[in-house]
Amino acid sequence: MNLTEVARILRAEVIWGDEFLDSVDVTHAYGADLMSDVLAFARPGTLLITGLTNIQIVRTAQMLDLPAVLFVRGKKPQDSAVALSKEVRLPMLVSPMSMFEACGLLFQNGIHPCTVPVREG
Amino acid sequence: MAESKDKKPYAEEYAINPGDFSAIGEASTKFKATLAMLGVPSDVVRRASIVAYEAEMNVLIHGGGGKIQLVVYPGSIELTASDKGPGIPDVQKAMQEGYSTATDDIRELGFGAGMGLPNIKRNSDAMSLETEVGEGTVLTAIINFTR
Repeated sequence: MNLTEVARILRAEVIWGDEFLDSVDVTHAYGADLMSDVLAFARPGTLLITGLTNIQIVRTAQMLDLPAVLFVRGKKPQDSAVALSKEVRLPMLVSPMSMFEACGLLFQNGIHPCTVPVREG
Repeated sequence: MAESKDKKPYAEEYAINPGDFSAIGEASTKFKATLAMLGVPSDVVRRASIVAYEAEMNVLIHGGGGKIQLVVYPGSIELTASDKGPGIPDVQKAMQEGYSTATDDIRELGFGAGMGLPNIKRNSDAMSLETEVGEGTVLTAIINFTR
């Protein structure tokens, strides 16, 4: 599914990266407000869904080769985060929906979860 | 592959300044660009980036600043993060997923989930942690090009 479709389903506003929406395709999504969890479990090509808005979100996405970030609950990314996302070409979307609703709709539309390994012990 | 003995491996090092939380990830970003430039396979770059980023975070959050170094050998990468912070009193605990001593300030940034060291271990082929309470910590991680 491309980001144009993601934006339509989640009624998302595009903060930056309009021109990339048609060409960026996502197959998986990972929703979290804990960046270390994202670093542990998000696979390359995953759409990051988060309620955090700071610059570290962009850096985390960049480290993992994630193609885009979607902010939920209508939270707009901080100016420093937007500035860095332009620098590294990371499209940003904001949806008014809750994390649960946004994830649920994407799942319903065929987006896959990232595999979280079974914990030992 | 045999390398001539006098050829030095490529090395790069950055200081991590105390208190500068918005800068976390800058060194890792530079490392990532370097590794890509050197033609290191992309999955290796990704693993090294995660290790570097988590290590950088630890140095700043727990170590109060320090430095991080990247050395690129013909078939592997060595990352070393060192600080002169309080040290880790219980390494076994620190290695447990979910165990964290991070403050609320750090948690608000989305860190301090207690996944840092386990993440580093998972993405490296070898990891060592030298730590002494009151002296500091040196973390070394090796990432091989083939696992």
